[in-house]
Amino acid sequence: MIGKRFTENGETVMAQAAAVAKPPAPPRRRRASATPRRLPYLLIAPAALLMLGFIAYPVISVFYYSLQNYNPTKPWRNGFAGFDNFVHAFTDDPLFWDTLVFSAKWVVVEVGLQLLFGLALALIVNQTFVGRGLGRALVFSPWAVSGVLTSAIWVLLYNSQTGITRYLADMGIGSYGTSWLSDTSTVFPAAIVADLWRGVPFFAILILADLQSVSKDLYEAAEVDGASRFKQFWHITLPHLKDAIILSTLLRAVWEFNNVDLLYTLTGGGPAGETTTLPLYIANTSVDAHNFGYASALTTVAFVILLFCSMVYLRLSKFGGESK
Amino acid sequence: MSIKEAAPAVPTVRTSPPPPRPTKGHRAWDEVPRWQIYLPLGIYLLFTLIPFYWILLFALRPAGSTSLVPWPMTFDHFDKVWNERSFGTYFQNSVLVGLATLVMTTVVALAGGYALARFDFKVKRAFMLALLCSQFVPGALLLVPLFEIFAELQMINSLGSVVLAETVFQLPLSMILISNFIKNVPYSLEEAAWVDGCGRLRAFRVVVLPLLRPGLIAVGSFAFVHSWNHFLFALMFLNNQEKQTVPVGLNTLMSADSVDLGALAAGGIIAAVPVVIVFAFIQKWLITGFSAGAVKG
Repeated sequence: MIGKRFTENGETVMAQAAAVAKPPAPPRRRRASATPRRLPYLLIAPAALLMLGFIAYPVISVFYYSLQNYNPTKPWRNGFAGFDNFVHAFTDDPLFWDTLVFSAKWVVVEVGLQLLFGLALALIVNQTFVGRGLGRALVFSPWAVSGVLTSAIWVLLYNSQTGITRYLADMGIGSYGTSWLSDTSTVFPAAIVADLWRGVPFFAILILADLQSVSKDLYEAAEVDGASRFKQFWHITLPHLKDAIILSTLLRAVWEFNNVDLLYTLTGGGPAGETTTLPLYIANTSVDAHNFGYASALTTVAFVILLFCSMVYLRLSKFGGESK
Repeated sequence: MSIKEAAPAVPTVRTSPPPPRPTKGHRAWDEVPRWQIYLPLGIYLLFTLIPFYWILLFALRPAGSTSLVPWPMTFDHFDKVWNERSFGTYFQNSVLVGLATLVMTTVVALAGGYALARFDFKVKRAFMLALLCSQFVPGALLLVPLFEIFAELQMINSLGSVVLAETVFQLPLSMILISNFIKNVPYSLEEAAWVDGCGRLRAFRVVVLPLLRPGLIAVGSFAFVHSWNHFLFALMFLNNQEKQTVPVGLNTLMSADSVDLGALAAGGIIAAVPVVIVFAFIQKWLITGFSAGAVKG
């Protein structure tokens, strides 16, 4: 029998089927032509072909180039390089280590703070209060804003002449002409805050979606037992959210690591390379320096790091473990 | 869990006014002091809204003004950015790319999602694994090979290259989302349509597709917003200024030697308008869109 029905989503199917209330039809033979054997393959073919051509093939060619000297502007040096690119990165390129360290710092701080604020916001807008709909809409609104637009907004806020520092200085806080983005001691928090502005709603939306499915009866039962609100949060809400939190932090961490839009446009990796992540360094190496071979080797390293960290994270957090 | 079924054990016949909930000296479970909601929410809203206000302020007040209210109001910046800085052209290109990505992503993901939801076939597990793994592949790091592919296909400087690249990176998540939405439509509905003499395609179109509307709207909107916002592919694959998109135009404004703040603000608002419209439109589907396949349908 082809066209087998899946039952993982038994509850929802049953709930909706009950609404339909279809009497058990007499077992009639399905028309064979309705489910030809190759139909599923035909259906996934377009997606599979696109992904093979534009994801799998590029990935393989990155691995291939990583073993080559490949620089279109210096064709006389092109050729097989073995592991030279990798050796150079690990032993001879301080920039590589700097960007790696900064990437880790950026991802950990960003994802940690986004989760913290996102969780708090989701818990707040999950309450019943006057103006909840509007509150939710406003809280979530930066979610849809692009990295470039976020940069544009914060460039306006941070600029030294007419930005927020000018008005703060008017009130006696700080001094005139301060530019947070060009000072090595303030650029990190400044960039973090800009990215938080856009990143917190992502977590708030995902966590709020998951909060909808906590059974209210559990809280009532806990209430009867005299559990405090914090205890209810700790023993009911948090365990329920666990899988959603693990998955969303992982996806977001990968995304924060990979996404260069914001830093590229906000700081350009500067000042003095202070905010260059590994992907940004790779983009610069390939786009500006045309050193495709070396950039490919760095990309390979980035892949391996991402894959390794993801696996360790999933293992440590026991994703999808006992509860579900 | 069976808690739900066990809950209405007490008959809830409302003949007399409901008895007050026994509070036993502490609050009922849903009673959070109002200030604990409004105070943190208010503070966070300040953080969210001041930047939006800031960009509006810069876009609407005359150049050189330091007033904190956009008065006297001027639309000079918009006029300048739209005409002199070719945001009109960029806007058109971005709309084209966004709509094409929306259509391609939705159609391809719908076909694949249907196969994943309704069939059990040999490579299904491997395919699902590939979908998940592709989430870890950074588009930014594939710029060089992608550029070479598009050069080979003679698609550099054509909007098609950006549409293809955006679609490919949108596909995995869209397909997983859509297949979850399809799983939530009872298969028996389709079977009933076959019994009534519908072909598979017709049954899908008449029975399943209408029920998928919220899901398709969510997935399509994500695809549009993502491709509208995304910047790196357009920056790399489109060298011709006539072919650039809005985010690239914004970046050009920002990386100029002396940044014209008014023009930048006006350009930013032009970049935000379609996204805000889409966002207002999908508000109510957003939460269900994300929790699709979890518990709710």
